[in-house]
Parts: sequence; C-alpha cells; structure tokens
Amino acid sequence: MAKRTMEPFVWLLFSGGGVAAALVLPVLLLLFGLALPLGWITPPDHADLLGLLRNPLTRLGLLVVCALALVHGAHRFRFTLQDGLQLRPYDAVIATACYGAALVGTAFAAYLLLVAL
Amino acid sequence: MSAPSSYFARLHKPRMPLWWWLRRRTYLAFVLRELSSVFVGWSVVFLLLLVRAVSRGPAAYQEFLDRAASPWLVALNVVTLAFLLYHAVTFVNLTPQAMVVRLRGYRVPPLALAGSMYLAWLLVSAFLAWLVVG
Repeated sequence: MAKRTMEPFVWLLFSGGGVAAALVLPVLLLLFGLALPLGWITPPDHADLLGLLRNPLTRLGLLVVCALALVHGAHRFRFTLQDGLQLRPYDAVIATACYGAALVGTAFAAYLLLVAL
Repeated sequence: MSAPSSYFARLHKPRMPLWWWLRRRTYLAFVLRELSSVFVGWSVVFLLLLVRAVSRGPAAYQEFLDRAASPWLVALNVVTLAFLLYHAVTFVNLTPQAMVVRLRGYRVPPLALAGSMYLAWLLVSAFLAWLVVG
C-alpha cells in the first residue's frame, strides 16, 4: 500500500486558500490599503467598523480567510524557495519555517478576532 | 559489455543555474506567480494590523489610516495589489485545468467554470465593499 502522507491534505488547504485569497483579499487591500487611507472614499467611522468586525460572522469569516490564505502562501513559498533558489536539500527546515510562520499568523489572527476585539 | 546507461543516469545530476527563471518569459511568469505568496502573506498581516488598530480605539484606527497613507506603504500596497490580482487571475484560469466539475453527468465547460469564478469574485468584492463603506 502506498505510504500515507500529509500531501493531499496540504494541497486541499492550498487550493482553498488560493480561492479565499483570490476572492476576498484584492478588494480588502484596495479599500484599506489605498482607497481609504488616501481619501478616495471617506473611511467608515470607528464605531461602524468595530461593530462590523465584532459580528460573529465577520470574526469567523475573517479568521477562516486569514488561516487559509496563510497556509496557501506558506505552501507556495516553500516551493518558491525550493525551485526558484534550488534549496530542495533544506526542505525540512524550509517547510517547518513556512508552515510555522502560517501557524503563528493564524494564532495572531485568532487572538485578535476572538479575544482582543 | 558496456555499463547500463541507467547507471550513469543515476550519477548524473543536472545542475541548473540559480537564475534559470530569467531565461524565458514563461519561466519568469511562473516565478512571479509563485512570489505572489509573499504578498498574500503581507496582505493578511496588513489586514490583521488594521483589526488590531480598530480593537485599540478610534485614535489607533486613525493612526493606522495615516500611516497607511505614507509613500512607502502606499508603494508597497500598490505592488501587493498587483500581485494579488495576478494571483487571482492565474488561480481562476488554472481552476478548470485542475478540476473537472460535472453537472448531471456532463462536464461543465472550462470557460463556464472560469467565468462563474470571475462572477463570484465580482459579487464577493461588491458585497465586501458594500459592507465596509456602503
């Protein structure tokens, strides 16, 4: 029997994260990274934005998007380093660092969205 | 008797130059697409910093907006947005090749699949923009 690996599971998360990143991130970055800071659109009041973020659906949705997008980015960056810079022999270190960073980011997101808000 | 060629094939490890991906436009496009992962990561961090600022009160939120308007961050976010769009377009265009969707036994045409993902992208973007500034 073929050896079971984590690979299919990681690839599933990778595609989920790819979809999440594609659908959600561009508009949010356009709004909060450019349109609102540069005054193209009047920024929402702090109270309104806080209310929106405190909605349980927003908390959950943002957490899922952040977690999936981070795993997606980590998985892809792992192979970017391996193929782009030919660091395949160091895969163990690279994979640990990439997924570890995604895990730390997800923990930060969970703390912010579920505790700090 | 000559040694089997596979013997030498096993010994031969082709060495690729480090900058192999600068040789062709398609290679460069591939590596740029892979590099979009860095910008996906940065945009998540940026949005989380926004959430943190909002959680800390109106003054911190205003400070976040002011800081985001500084030239360096604007430049970084313009580049980030370009990579996010590149990621989104390449990901949508690849989906029909990576996934076969069947409806009532018929394969959904690749163009229809990509088209419905673009439609979903548009609807999600419009909905989120409406939530934030509507």
